[in-house]
Order: sequence, then structure tokens, then C-alpha cells
Amino acid sequence: MIQTRALKKTSLSALFEKLTAAGRRILAPRKNGDQIAFEEIASARDMADDYIQTTLPPKSCVLPRCETILQYRFVGKDVEIQDTPPKAVPTVVFGVRPCDARSFAVLNSVFTWDYKDAFFTSRLENLVVIGVSCTKADAYCFCTSVGGGPGRTEGSDILLTPINADEYLAEIITEKGNEIVALAPDLFGPPPTAKKEDVLADVPVRFELAKLAERLPELFYREEIWTDQSLRCLGCGTCAFLCPACVCFDIQDESNHNGGIRARCWDSCGLSLFTLHTSGHNPRHRQSQRWRQRVMHKFSYFQDRLGYIACVGCGRCARACPADMNLVEHLKALVEAV
Amino acid sequence: MEEFEPKIIAFVCNWCTYAGADLTGTSRIRYQPNVRIIRFPCTGRIDFMLLLKAFARGADGVIVSGCHPNDCHYTSGNFHARRRWILFRRLLDFVGIDVRRIHFAWISAAEGAKWAEFVNDVTDTIRKLGPFEEYRKLVHMGFDPIEVA
Amino acid sequence: MEALRKRARELLETGAVDVVIGYGAGSAPDRARAIFVRTPKQADELILDDRCSRNLAVYLMKPEVQALGRPAIVANVPALRSILQLAAESQMADGRVVAIGFNGNGTLTELPTFKAIEEYLAAIPPALTPEELARIATIEKMSMAERFAFWRSLFARCLRCYACRAACPLCYCGKCFVECNQPQWIPAIPHEESNLEWHLTRAMHLAGRCINCGDCAAACPVGIPLNVLTQMLAREVAGQFGLHAGTSSKKEYVLSTFKTDDKETFIR
Repeated sequence: MIQTRALKKTSLSALFEKLTAAGRRILAPRKNGDQIAFEEIASARDMADDYIQTTLPPKSCVLPRCETILQYRFVGKDVEIQDTPPKAVPTVVFGVRPCDARSFAVLNSVFTWDYKDAFFTSRLENLVVIGVSCTKADAYCFCTSVGGGPGRTEGSDILLTPINADEYLAEIITEKGNEIVALAPDLFGPPPTAKKEDVLADVPVRFELAKLAERLPELFYREEIWTDQSLRCLGCGTCAFLCPACVCFDIQDESNHNGGIRARCWDSCGLSLFTLHTSGHNPRHRQSQRWRQRVMHKFSYFQDRLGYIACVGCGRCARACPADMNLVEHLKALVEAV
Repeated sequence: MEEFEPKIIAFVCNWCTYAGADLTGTSRIRYQPNVRIIRFPCTGRIDFMLLLKAFARGADGVIVSGCHPNDCHYTSGNFHARRRWILFRRLLDFVGIDVRRIHFAWISAAEGAKWAEFVNDVTDTIRKLGPFEEYRKLVHMGFDPIEVA
Repeated sequence: MEALRKRARELLETGAVDVVIGYGAGSAPDRARAIFVRTPKQADELILDDRCSRNLAVYLMKPEVQALGRPAIVANVPALRSILQLAAESQMADGRVVAIGFNGNGTLTELPTFKAIEEYLAAIPPALTPEELARIATIEKMSMAERFAFWRSLFARCLRCYACRAACPLCYCGKCFVECNQPQWIPAIPHEESNLEWHLTRAMHLAGRCINCGDCAAACPVGIPLNVLTQMLAREVAGQFGLHAGTSSKKEYVLSTFKTDDKETFIR
């Protein structure tokens, strides 16, 4: 049962102090030039305010850019392998937008699918998500087109909606959320009278998701559409790395004469190296094939296999793309393709 | 406390400096033992990336040495190398990597004494600069687990 | 703008070119994007205004675009320099691309040969602007420790998305050095060491070749001003060797040429 309370904005400092005292690491959006990223903060004052979306997603809380999964030592002619135990630090990530909050379930579906990935699950178990609803959106936002919304609660343990200049309407959604409130119960007052819906941003639906999913299997074979759409794509990894719902990773070994590590790092299906075989054959040697893969994977295969659309409508891909590929525009064109 | 002994990697060309270093030995000239020599066919073959790798693997200083201009066994390899070093040194300095840790010389096969003197001088210089901790802080190598958020 | 559209239509109708690479309206009022006009009607999508700042020459080296046939390209000064530099590196045949040069006033000049491009650019000094030089100087004024901390904090952000490489017209290698895994010179893992090695090595690979379009820094999703590295090197290449990238279609790459009396003060 979701409980509704009030939390004054000025109480954030005190809340963070209680969280730190309880041994939780706090990650929150911080400004660095024109970049906003989730970083470890000591005080609520260090947080960025008045922004629509962070540059990087909170994905790295559960899937870091790189993490070691095992270590090995060379002992004579043998290799001694040592599992690197997952070391999740109890963390509270603050300021997650409802779109990003929904991404954790998408990521989780991959990492608990046929194999329970302990590195991912331990981080997710030790993570508390305090979301903040959106009162502003820009032309790149499209959460409502993929089943989300500026004030939706999925994925957040506590969702804060700034209902006026001084306070948040706080929805305590999960058991983890209750535990946070229990650390500082005096800070959470009785529910405010203002309505959450009155302050939420207006995010118009930009395309029909159901129609897209229906058409994609047949559009797969329309080479000219994918080629046309991807001519300007430069084949970098920006969209995949900035996407909260992208999971592709690379496994790399790195060692010296004593031993080494095996690490998992972010990868992108947009890079031509992604599908290059050792034989030299590349089944996705053209950018159009890689672009098609991106769209099919997120909006067709993922739904079929795992029951999720692997996109939360955060808009980061389009905002950051150096070639101005615009996913919404392309998806609309696919829905309307003759 | 153990006194710091620098580790220095020397990238040298086979025809001049390597032979010169050999002459140092056959002449029984003693010099400080901190240098590990890596033999290349020519200074023109020495990729700047290798210098970065030497620092990453624990070198505190690097030596690059080859034939004098006009004496290159392959005619012009050292001329190309010279241009490369002129630019690379500027780049390193620009990003705050101490170029006093990299030393260049033209040492011929006949200059056994110069090799010894050069190595001694470089070793003393690097010893004064101390271990290249700032660079090694960037490096996660071998067995230690690493995580980048 | 209408003159551009008209000329594009003509070039396509006469079969002089198969595709006009130009700018079209982007997904925000302040953005433009590359468009690939293949029919006369599509020429109406071409725009030419302040939004058109990116270097379109990067598309000349993309196999998917090369497959479209003979190109015309709406080219700002960096794009024109890219064409000359690519020509100097034997990546482009003379007369293959019809460059439509444009300047800040919107004046169009059709440049069908490398010679024409060279003459057009001869009036434009290739040197860095005072602002660019000042930014380099600001960094050079820092102490060594400050410089290292400055660049270290920037490179730590690097995701190794390779947007910088993808956006650069001079990064056209079929197999980039970072993709070599026998041996794996530059680790694929984005830790600080490998990020530093990536950026320094890439900067050196562009020394004397970078034509200073700045698209690498514009493409970087985490805001690393990595074009400052190649700008500094461009200043050195010009100052020490008198060479400028993108000024001639003849090969004169700083690191594959030399003078027997090249000067330095640090080789004993």
C-alpha cells in the first residue's frame, strides 16, 4: 500500500545525514559544467536542481561502466582462479526520474533471466531509489509513449513530487522506502492536500507503441527504411552507453606476469566490432543492420523474450546523439511506413 | 627505510646504442644497474605508446636512444623518430606528465663511455624525482579488482 | 538557401552527382543534421544557416554513403580542409566530389577540384583563433600537477563510446589501434590508465592531420574538450615545422616527412 506523506525540501539535509549515519552511500545528481551526473555527495546542498534530465543514467548503480568478475594468478604453469565476490555498498540514489526508475526492472529481467547475476542482483538489493517526479519536460521526453509517465511510481522506493516551492509530496511505495522513513520519521509529515497530478509535466504521447510492436516483425525486411534512417548514424556508442535500459556488455581480461582480472564493461551494438567474428565475418557489417538491431531488440525481441519494452522514454539518446538520430522520429516513421 | 631505486626502461636501436651499450660492457666500464634495455631495429620503430606502457608497468623513467642523424642504419628512421619525440614531448608536458622522466640521446656504437655517463646521469635524475606515483595511481594492473562506476 | 537547393536539383537532374550531402532541419530548433539528398524534390529539405556548423566530410568516408554514388557536399571551411587532407592521404580522387563551399555570409562557391578548394582556402588562414590559443595558454599556465589533475579528471569521465572517433573525418582506419587485441595495446576497460592512453595516442595519430572542426568535442557525451589536445599539437606542428593540415591535396604529413636539420633541444 502506498503511503503518502509530506517532506520539506529543507529537510533533505537532515535526511541525508541520517542516511549517512546509517551507513548508506548517497548518490545524487551533481552539476559539472554543463554535465549532470549521479555522484557521491556529502550534503544536499551539492545537488543540482532545476534540470530536466541527468546526462548519464543511474544505470551505473547496478551495472557499472566496468567491474571485476574474477581474478586469476599465474602459479607456475597453472592458473589459479579466484572469484571476486560482489561487493555491493548500501546505497541510496536520489533524484531518479520516473523514467529511469522504470529501467531497473528492465535491466533486472536480463540479469535474472536464465542465470542470476550476483553482481547485478547484489547491487540492486542494496539500492534504494528515491525518485523525483517531473514537473518539466522537453521535446525529447517520451515516457508516456512507452508506458511510463512523469509521476509514475514503478521502480522507486520513495517517489517525491515537488508540489510547491517548499515541499515534496512523498509516496512511500516499498518496504525499502519504509525503512528509509523509519530512519528519520520526524521529517515526514502528514500528507499534503495538493494533488500530485496538478504539478506533473505534460508529456504528450508521440507514437502508438502497440502499432509499432505489431509492425516491426514485417518491417525487419524493409532494408531501404533502415538504410535511409541510419545514413547519418556515425556508429558510436553514445546512445547505448547513455541509455538506462541498455545492457550490452563486453568481457575483457587484463593481466601482467603475476596475474590478472576478468572484467565486464559496457559495450554497444552500434559499434561494428560488437558482432565481428574471429573469422573476420561480421553479420552486422553495415550500420543499417546495427540500427535495425537496436530498434528490433528494444521494441520487439525484448518484449517477446522478457516482457518489457527496453526503452523508458528518457530521451538521452536523442539529446546526446552527435548525428541527431532521433528515436521518436524514427519510430513514428516506422509506425507510419507505407 | 629502504632507499628508492628507480626502474628505468631504455628503448634503444640495435645498430648504434645497443652496440654502444655492449661496448660499455666489454670495456668494463661500470655504471648504475637500474636500466633494463629493450632492443629495437631502429628508433623509428619506437611507438610513443610504448613509452606510456613502460610508465604504466612500473617504470619511473624512460630512455630513448639511437643513431646520430645521418647515421641511421635504415637511412632516415631516426629523423622520423626525432619529429615524433618533438611532438610527443609537448603533448606529455601539456597533460602534466613530467618530461624530465624521459631522456633522449644519440649514442653510437663507438660511444660506450657516453652510454655509461648518460645512464648514470639519468638514473641520478630519476632518483631525485622519486617514484612515478602520480602515473601509477591511474593504473590498475594485475590481480587487483577494479570497478569504474 | 534557395540558390543551394536550386543547384542541388540541377546537379541531381543532370546526373552530375548521385547524392548531395547537406544539412537539414534537426530535431530541435537549434539543431541541424546531415541529410542525403538523392532526388531533386528532396533538395527542398536542404537548409543553410547558423545551425549548420558540423563537419559533413565525415560522411564522405562512410561506406554506406560511398555506396550511394558520386557525392556533392555542402562544405564549411573545416569540411573543405577535411577533403584536402583526405586527398593528401590518398583517400579521395580528384574531381570525385563536388564541394559546395559556404562561408559565414551564406555565399556559395562551387569547388569541383582540389585545386579549386586550395585556392578558396588560401585566403583563409589555417591558424588557431585567439580564443583557441588563449584556452591552450590557460592550461599551460597551470603547474604540472594542476595540468595532470585537470586532464585526469576529464579522462576519468571518458566512457570509451568512441563518439570522438566516429565524428572525426580523419579517423577512417578500418581497424583502429584500439581494436587491436593481438596484443591488446590499449585495454578496452575504461579505467583511467587506458582512457589516458586512448586520448594521448589518438591525439598523436591526429598530429598534423586534425583540421580543427571541433566535432570530436561536440560529439563527446560527457563534455571532454579533447580537441584542445589536437589544437595544441596543431600549434606545435605549425610553429616547429611550418605545416598546416588541410591546406594542400599533396602529401606532406608531419610525421612521415622530415628535415635533416629539424631542431630540438632535448636530445643529447
